[in-house]
Amino acid sequence: MITPKATPSGNVELAFDQKRPAETAQKIERSPLAVRGLTVSYGQKPAVFSVDATFEPEAMTAIIGPNGAGKSTLLKASLGVIPRLSGDVTVFGQPIELAREKIAYVPQRASVDWDFPTTVIDVVLMGLYRSVGLLGRIKGVHRARALDCLERVGMADFSSRQIGQLSGGQQQRVFLARALAQEAELYLLDEPFAGVDAATERAIINVLKGLKERRKAVVAVHHDLATVQAYFDHVFLINVRKIAEGPVADAFTADSLHATYGGRLATAHIDQLNIADSGV
Amino acid sequence: MSNIVTALFLGAGYNAALVGIGASLLGFAAGAAGTFLFLRKRALVSDAVAHATLPGVGLAFMLMVFLGGDGRNLVGLLAGSMLTAWIGLLLVEWMARRTRLAEDAAIGAVLSVFFGAGIVLLTIIQNMSQGRQAGLESFLLGSTAGMLFQDAVVIAIGGTLAVLATYVLRRPMTMVAFDAEYAAASGMNVRRIDLTMMGLVMAVTVIGLKLVGLILIVAMLIIPAVTARFWTERSDRVIWSAGIIGAVSGYVGAAISASVPAMPTGPIIVLVCAGLFLFSLFFAPSRGVAAAIIRHYRFQKRVHWRQGLLSVSRGEPIHDPMTLRVLRKEGLLRADGVATEAGRARAAKIARDERRWDIAREVHQDAGLTGRYDGLTPIEDVFTQDEIDEFDRIIGGPVSVQGQGAA
Repeated sequence: MITPKATPSGNVELAFDQKRPAETAQKIERSPLAVRGLTVSYGQKPAVFSVDATFEPEAMTAIIGPNGAGKSTLLKASLGVIPRLSGDVTVFGQPIELAREKIAYVPQRASVDWDFPTTVIDVVLMGLYRSVGLLGRIKGVHRARALDCLERVGMADFSSRQIGQLSGGQQQRVFLARALAQEAELYLLDEPFAGVDAATERAIINVLKGLKERRKAVVAVHHDLATVQAYFDHVFLINVRKIAEGPVADAFTADSLHATYGGRLATAHIDQLNIADSGV
Repeated sequence: MSNIVTALFLGAGYNAALVGIGASLLGFAAGAAGTFLFLRKRALVSDAVAHATLPGVGLAFMLMVFLGGDGRNLVGLLAGSMLTAWIGLLLVEWMARRTRLAEDAAIGAVLSVFFGAGIVLLTIIQNMSQGRQAGLESFLLGSTAGMLFQDAVVIAIGGTLAVLATYVLRRPMTMVAFDAEYAAASGMNVRRIDLTMMGLVMAVTVIGLKLVGLILIVAMLIIPAVTARFWTERSDRVIWSAGIIGAVSGYVGAAISASVPAMPTGPIIVLVCAGLFLFSLFFAPSRGVAAAIIRHYRFQKRVHWRQGLLSVSRGEPIHDPMTLRVLRKEGLLRADGVATEAGRARAAKIARDERRWDIAREVHQDAGLTGRYDGLTPIEDVFTQDEIDEFDRIIGGPVSVQGQGAA
């Protein structure tokens, strides 16, 4: 039998199944974002410990876990926004540093100062800096593209507004438009539905589903368990360590939720989610 | 007064004209480069950098004397100040990133230690027998007395380069200032951009040592940006407005100090700049204090107007003095507190609009339109006449105030 204390679970899987390495390598090759052995630590206490994640292409994945479980940290560390203690990050098999343009990131709305002197269209134009060049001139085509992205999130009428005048939901849509402008393969969103109105939530989910139809991948940190099944195809459950990963039907189970949330999630609440019985 | 006018038109002599042009160039460079400090919310780092220039000035002086010069070559002194300023900056960065110290504590530590070391060096220099040490302390508060043509050239070239660098780098610096996480996720090297920004600030500081001095240069970096922010909501306009505000302050300040005997240049420039700031603080159109007070008063008036008319429609007595005043002033209430004809009509409309809003919220449950219900925005601004007619049809009953609705 395995002694889980002695070996991190990732190694155990590989050691006990010889077919796995080749299969895993193939999956990593196809994955828009694959993370191996990611550990992030603030001081001595790891926020994310030895996490392997292989996000699915052409699918929508929710990252789920309690507060302080390292959901946002996983995203930020993968992107290099915060330093990794260890871990490899690849994008379609390439080191992430060589494939950054394939990823668009939507940070938490609260992470910026919305009184910053800038307009909606200027924020979206930031998403085009790769095609403009850091020092290049912003031309009509760029503005047209930015406006088109604003149109897709229903914010075209607000293009010349100062960002501080927007509601929370509108701010979130502007952030999404900035990511759309990048025309990436993978969209990483950090709590896109936090504190937004119902209309915005619907607008955002429609845009994200549209991305999936265009064969892009979407990964979102998500906190509302009630909408996981309606919005997402895959889930990634994390509580400092990885708990489960896979299609919603397989991985979003009462067992895995208990393992992720511990006593913090009442059984009654899980029952309400109407999820497939894991047969235990 | 006429002296100042003369000075403003470069008529106060060759040296004064030189100082004026130098000060306005410096002001422009400091205002533009300082905007990013302000936007990045790291204004005080520049204070640490400025104070960290002092030991460099002392060391450079000693080295030049040791090598046989007279020790007062401006370029040499500035090179020395740049060196220790850079060390101070890296120390602040390092402490904030690698230790548990917050940036403000790191700033405090570096600022005081470097400044202390600089003062010790200046004291040693004063007791040295070699070299002409007089004038080094002018780097504390700046001095234009005896400014040479080549000093002005140094300021002019340095200032122009700083402005050019600001122009070239404005977009990456703006991105990092607005959303450093996103910038990092897009592959930008945030730390390098931050250091570049601080490098620019350091360059401006060093250039300004001679004119404004290290203690007051922070004012030239920050006040123009803060002032410009009152007038515009766009970062690129903040940058260039701050530059212009800095240039005007520098020029006017230099002119004043040239025309009044024994007036220090640096402090006068800072005071002129502060005057522009105070004016903006109070009188800027939308962010100013006066505008905010007026806006609040108007809002309050509208709230009282609506509340008063609702009371009239319900036949309730009104006691709030402000409500009474607002309604009387508009002729909606008589002096004895009884509603006038117009007041009753208005009250009926208000009451009906409230019912219309109730219906609107039922009909348009999910639309963003009903989110605009605040009781103060006229319903006609949100819904079309057809939609309002539809609400009225749902309400039914007598449409008693026909004809008043469109008023």
